[in-house]
Amino acid sequence: MNLTYSPAQQAFRLEVREWLAANVPKEKLPTYDTKEGFELHRQWESKLHAAGLSMVMWPEEFGGRGCDLIEWLIFEEEYYGAGAPLRVNLNGQLLLGSTLLEFGTQEQKAQFLPRMASSDDMWAQAWSEPNAGSDMANISSKAILDGDHYVLNGQKTWSTRAIYADWAFGLFRSEPGSKRHHGLSFLMVPLDAEGVTIQPIKALDGEDAFAEIFFDNVKVPVAHRIGDEGKGWHVAMATAGFERGLLLRSPARFQQTVRKLVKLYRDNKASADRDPSIGVDVAKCWSDAEAYALSAYNTVGRLNNGEKIGAESSLNKVFWSEMDLLIHQTAMKILGTTGELLAGAPLAEEHAYWLEGFLFAQAGPIYAGANEIQRNIVAERVLGLPRS
Amino acid sequence: MDFTFTEDQLMFREAISRFLMTEAAPEKLREIWETDEGRSPELRTKIAMQGLTALSIPEDNGGLGMGDVAWSLMTQELGYYGIPDSLADTAYVGAGLFSALDDSFAEKGQYLNQICDGELRLAIGHQCSPMVADAHLAEVLLLQHGDEVHLVSQDDISDVANPSIDSSRRLSQVTWQPTPETCIASGEAGAAIWNETLNRGALSVAGQLLGLAQRMLDLTVDYSVQRKQFGKAIGSFQAVKHHLADVAGKIEFAKPVLYRAANSLETNHPLASVHVSQARQFCSEAALLAARHGIQVHGAMGYTWEVDLQMFMKRSWALNNTWGDATFHQARVQDYVLNSQVDLAPSLTFE
Ligand SMILES: Cc1cc2nc3c(=O)[nH]c(=O)nc-3n(C[C@H](O)[C@H](O)[C@H](O)COP(=O)(O)OP(=O)(O)OC[C@H]3O[C@@H](n4cnc5c(N)ncnc54)[C@H](O)[C@@H]3O)c2cc1C
Repeated sequence: MNLTYSPAQQAFRLEVREWLAANVPKEKLPTYDTKEGFELHRQWESKLHAAGLSMVMWPEEFGGRGCDLIEWLIFEEEYYGAGAPLRVNLNGQLLLGSTLLEFGTQEQKAQFLPRMASSDDMWAQAWSEPNAGSDMANISSKAILDGDHYVLNGQKTWSTRAIYADWAFGLFRSEPGSKRHHGLSFLMVPLDAEGVTIQPIKALDGEDAFAEIFFDNVKVPVAHRIGDEGKGWHVAMATAGFERGLLLRSPARFQQTVRKLVKLYRDNKASADRDPSIGVDVAKCWSDAEAYALSAYNTVGRLNNGEKIGAESSLNKVFWSEMDLLIHQTAMKILGTTGELLAGAPLAEEHAYWLEGFLFAQAGPIYAGANEIQRNIVAERVLGLPRS
Repeated sequence: MDFTFTEDQLMFREAISRFLMTEAAPEKLREIWETDEGRSPELRTKIAMQGLTALSIPEDNGGLGMGDVAWSLMTQELGYYGIPDSLADTAYVGAGLFSALDDSFAEKGQYLNQICDGELRLAIGHQCSPMVADAHLAEVLLLQHGDEVHLVSQDDISDVANPSIDSSRRLSQVTWQPTPETCIASGEAGAAIWNETLNRGALSVAGQLLGLAQRMLDLTVDYSVQRKQFGKAIGSFQAVKHHLADVAGKIEFAKPVLYRAANSLETNHPLASVHVSQARQFCSEAALLAARHGIQVHGAMGYTWEVDLQMFMKRSWALNNTWGDATFHQARVQDYVLNSQVDLAPSLTFE
């Protein structure tokens, strides 16, 4: 055990820190759930990419920098620590990107990864359907093979930022009459294709954060399938593992939020201390975020030792989503009577940051596999309890 | 940056685990619980033969020279098997205390050698508790008097037993007289030794609590697979599954916190005290939830003397408030987070 950074790692940290200090926009960008905000985030992503800092742990040939996971954690610490904009293309970059690197052909990697790294292509996930939420194997959208392309029909839903995205990826039933997780194929679909209709859905905050996607005889080349036909479930589960495991919610994001929470507490100490449990919770938030970071470094150590991370990654998902709720509930307690104020209200200062975060934290235990499902997975696959 | 253990550390843990599995089986624990002294000299001798008492003794004194990081694995095993012995207090906390003493203390080497060979019975009395564990059997006691460290022999104390709900703990109030002759460290040096000793004791308890949590989880998983109601194993019911998944989560996230704290203590990190208290909190939470959900899933069986779960629950409840009670550790973490002026940036985790 050696919990110190090597000189090379320290130098990398410094380089990232200096670049961010010089380049992070001084004014917070408007939310990426509006057209204008989305475009500004895209421009930021492209600037990041030009500096070689968009997808640091991808190979250089695909627009990355060839960093290892420790360097990635360092990058994230600096990125969030600098208050840089939230990443707008992560669903593609982390989830599809990882899948392409593992299962994609050389042509697919060359075609999709560099444009994803630069955010010239923005990606949306299209797994969920009206009757396939937690029960994702119940997918019914079809992709029927016709020569060198598939013909897609059906409906996806809850697709985050799909109204602004260029592409979507997800599972489609390519074998007619197949059941459950058999006969599904993993496809990448251009959202400007003929027959695609996108219908925004207003989220809790009133913004068009996600959307329904309708497919009406949409043609998709066979070359846009990842992995073998009918084997999409296997490919998708690898993606889901990454999503829950380490990548989607890096520790630094929560550590930065906790840093602000501690400041909020210190700035409002007299008022907050009227309820001693607030101080206790602030300390717990710090401790949890720290534990989450330690766990990430520990996981990286295990991966570097050749271990595989399996179903225990479900524990991660439960941990960060519950921590995020506690952080924001605590902030709302400290803000007290003015916590309800929207951005722009004369009495609201930093309040909107906390209110937005509080709303989004409500979704954490639901998306990326609801926490009840994660607990089932842990009980059955980690502890070996019998299926019901 | 590497969070993993060495082959040596892992192999040693394996060996100890295999040894305790047979030597500290629940039947044996029950036997020892029932004795007056609450200790088995035979078990202690066998433990010494396994090399555990030599673990953190410096190599110059014939030991293995391992540190807090290695002990963070070993204490989990001691907790898992719930061994009724003051082994950790002697071979880990006590050895650390003797090692920290100035070389001008002439008998330092002799005591370290004795611990190494498993020949010394030791008790440590810290002001965090009015009781001293194992005082009735100790040949010598290390006792706190303000900043002073005193080394007192059994002949010079009188002890009054205070039975605990955890029969594997044997506690006494100790009456004794500090004299210049018994004082072996004082002033700043003494204060530093007591602070480090408290941290090491707390970390030892943290590791044991984590081991206890894992034991209670394992016992409960086994039970929930065997016990049938409504024609099915109760472990197939979702409410039961979620109880146990939550325990698994607490254990999983406590581990790296424990290991980091051990590393901080071993490397004299300026925040070692905060890290140790943080580890205590995580490991306590895991053990307390494992106990609560463990008894719940066992139903009335869990409320009996006969089912082994009781031994591990009671030990968890007791240890939760030793070497600094839960409130002490909560306060230490909270004080750092709320009252230090540090701007807690994400890059600070290992600084
Ligand atoms: C902010 C947000 C963004 C999202 N983005 C995307 C996206 O980009 N792409 C995409 O495809 N999807 C997305 N989703 C959808 C998300 O994946 C689903 O909401 C999630 O899988 C749960 O499905 P559901 O909403 O249909 O809930 P349901 O499956 O109907 O579940 C409702 C409740 O019942 C519980 N439940 C269901 N089955 C079980 C069971 N077997 N045992 C115990 N409890 C059970 C659930 O845990 C939950 O509490 C997003 C969702 C949100 C909130």
